[in-house]
Amino acid sequence: MSDAPEPHKDIDSHSGVETTGHEWDGLKELNNPAPRWWLIVWMLTIVWAIGYWVVYPSWPTLTGHTKGIAGWTQYDKLKHEQAEITQRQSGWLGKFHKASFAEIKQDPVLFEFARAGGEVVFKENCAACHGAGGEGRRGYPNLNDDDWLFGGTAEDIYNTINVGSHSTHPNTHAVAMPAFGAVMGREGMLTPAQIDDVATYVSYLRQPVASEAFTRGQAVFQQNCVSCHGEGGIGNRQMGAPRLNDAIWLYGGDKATLVQTITKGRAGVMPSWQSRMSDDSRRQVAIYVHSLGGGE
Amino acid sequence: MSLFETARKIYPRRVKGTFRSLKWLSMIVLLGIYYAAPWLRWDRGPHVPDQAILVDLVGQRGYFFGIEIWPQEVYLLVGVLILAAIGLFFATALLGRVWCGYACPQTVWTDLFVWVERFVQGDRNARRKLDESAWTLEKLWKKTLTHLIWLLIGAVTGGAWVFYFNDAPTLFSDLWHLDVSWSVLGWIIALTLSTYFMAGFARENVCTYMCPYARFQSAMFDKDTLIITYEAERGEPRGKHKKGESWDGKGHCIDCDSCVIVCPMGIDIRDGLQMQCISCGLCIDACNSVMDKIELPRGLIRYDTESNQRQRRDGYRTLDIAHRKSGKTVVPQQKMRWVRPRTVAYALILSTVGSLMLTAIVLRPMTELTVNHARAPQFVRLSDGSVRNDYQIKILNKSHDDRAYHLSTQGLPQARLEVLAAGDETVETLHVPANSVASFRVRVDTPEATTHGRSDIRFLLSDTQNPAQNSAQNSGKTPESARHDSYFIR
Repeated sequence: MSDAPEPHKDIDSHSGVETTGHEWDGLKELNNPAPRWWLIVWMLTIVWAIGYWVVYPSWPTLTGHTKGIAGWTQYDKLKHEQAEITQRQSGWLGKFHKASFAEIKQDPVLFEFARAGGEVVFKENCAACHGAGGEGRRGYPNLNDDDWLFGGTAEDIYNTINVGSHSTHPNTHAVAMPAFGAVMGREGMLTPAQIDDVATYVSYLRQPVASEAFTRGQAVFQQNCVSCHGEGGIGNRQMGAPRLNDAIWLYGGDKATLVQTITKGRAGVMPSWQSRMSDDSRRQVAIYVHSLGGGE
Repeated sequence: MSLFETARKIYPRRVKGTFRSLKWLSMIVLLGIYYAAPWLRWDRGPHVPDQAILVDLVGQRGYFFGIEIWPQEVYLLVGVLILAAIGLFFATALLGRVWCGYACPQTVWTDLFVWVERFVQGDRNARRKLDESAWTLEKLWKKTLTHLIWLLIGAVTGGAWVFYFNDAPTLFSDLWHLDVSWSVLGWIIALTLSTYFMAGFARENVCTYMCPYARFQSAMFDKDTLIITYEAERGEPRGKHKKGESWDGKGHCIDCDSCVIVCPMGIDIRDGLQMQCISCGLCIDACNSVMDKIELPRGLIRYDTESNQRQRRDGYRTLDIAHRKSGKTVVPQQKMRWVRPRTVAYALILSTVGSLMLTAIVLRPMTELTVNHARAPQFVRLSDGSVRNDYQIKILNKSHDDRAYHLSTQGLPQARLEVLAAGDETVETLHVPANSVASFRVRVDTPEATTHGRSDIRFLLSDTQNPAQNSAQNSGKTPESARHDSYFIR
């Protein structure tokens, strides 16, 4: 240490300012002091930061974090903001709350209020399964079309939202398509050949094409399926049994899918939303879904 | 070595003359327009504000006398900005920095503030003495009064600004009862302080250091542009002159510094054209009054062009002084070349943009239709096999009366249209209130067809009550108010 070279000040000849001693390719860095205004601003930011620690929650501790004397939390902020929104909506919500679906349909402003609110709720809660525009996907109904298992009026939709399908609600839509084939080691109600025939029959229901399989399938259908799906597959809303003579399929209308459906059965699940959102929200969603174009 | 130069304070002396009068006149006219414009009324019928110039931010409309602008037409503002810019270039090419000297808000308000300063504290020397003296009671009240008046002018300036965005009489009474929103108050305070700072303190530094126009205006100058010139051939060698002395061997500049003392930018024009010079002509007035006193012709400092100066260089000093002292000014005729490639080009751009703007305003459609194809799902297959596409239709009714429109499609002969809306709206009569936008969800169904893929369809909108007002773009067909091309997916 004692034989360390004496640090000497290197003064830049041109400006007369001391340099930092760093040099790159002959370029030296001047050691000018920072501008005063800059220094003052910097000090102020430090003072500000210390003040911030005192006023707001900032430092993590072993058991959580410092609370700050202002008692501010994000949760409170959210609560206040939510309360403000509710306050702003209360006028319309009050009107909406009292009006029937038919009355809402007649009042453009109220209808738009309901539709817009319903759209937000739908995108938050329903879009995960039914798609952002209610377009559905395999196993999840398209809400834009005119095919409804449990009815397509606003009241019907509202009811379905409330009770769900195969949900925990006591009045839930609970009818399932039974498995007609051999599953889980149990003997099937129909043989694979019969299932094949009836699948052929069903896939030609819209535009019947007479064939032997079609005729055999028709007989199987009359014996096993008519009780729910009705004569010629017209469907039954009481049961929630889909129409089979239309162009819309929930799981797919090709023969392989039909065979699978008949063999293993189907039981689509939709949760009950009664306990998950307010009645106003559920009615708004019903109106939104109804307004998608398939409503009856 | 200091890193910056402290700006010295400038104390412009009072001056009388042609250009000073012009400046007073332009100040009165411009400030008059600024303060009075929001109070002008313009009857546009019911439902619509009757303020001649109004930027209605809440209602999203701009009104300028007979012109009305919607957010959709905001591109017209671009045209206005282009016109303003080219207009400025045009004026600069012809007359030099006439905008800076006479019309720029910075100049006008600074002029006003200096006038207040002079009114309260006296002229140049008195003001300087007051600044250098210790704080006496006199200094205190003079300074306080000056700043109070400045703040008052600032407040009136900021106050006038907000009238352009609100109904002036209403806002005025609201202000009177102190019943205004924070945004209005915030704008007033901000513009009060900015006026106070800019015209009270920053002054010429704005032109020298902040204003970009001052930096690039020289790009619009050429040797035929009017600038403020000092006739060095006639003025030099400058020196003091006693009455009755001969002018032989002397220049006409008596080095009285009048031109420097009155300059609001604090420059010496005798050093030639400088970036700071705003062409306000006060040095011309000052020099001319001195020339009158010593009985020499005016025009030692004057508005002139570089090429004129050059042409006069030869032979000018051989003029007979005695003859000139007879009171007749024998300043050689200035020749101006107004028509030059530069000015012609600017004039052409101006007239082109101007006529485009005029066309756009005159041919402004009173109805507009926008069609958005719903994206999710792109199409829906219905039970009977037919295909449905959903469209979000927006109808802009820019007229001032409620209208009903008939929506139809071309391109799909079998298409069935149905509107999804509250109440009893049908596609035959879509009601759109005056001066507003209505949005409808319209579904278009076609029976199951053999074709697949996209087909182009065209939405046509016609006004059911005022067929005469429909633009006859396609005579022979249905008159249409608006149309829009879209597509239909199967």
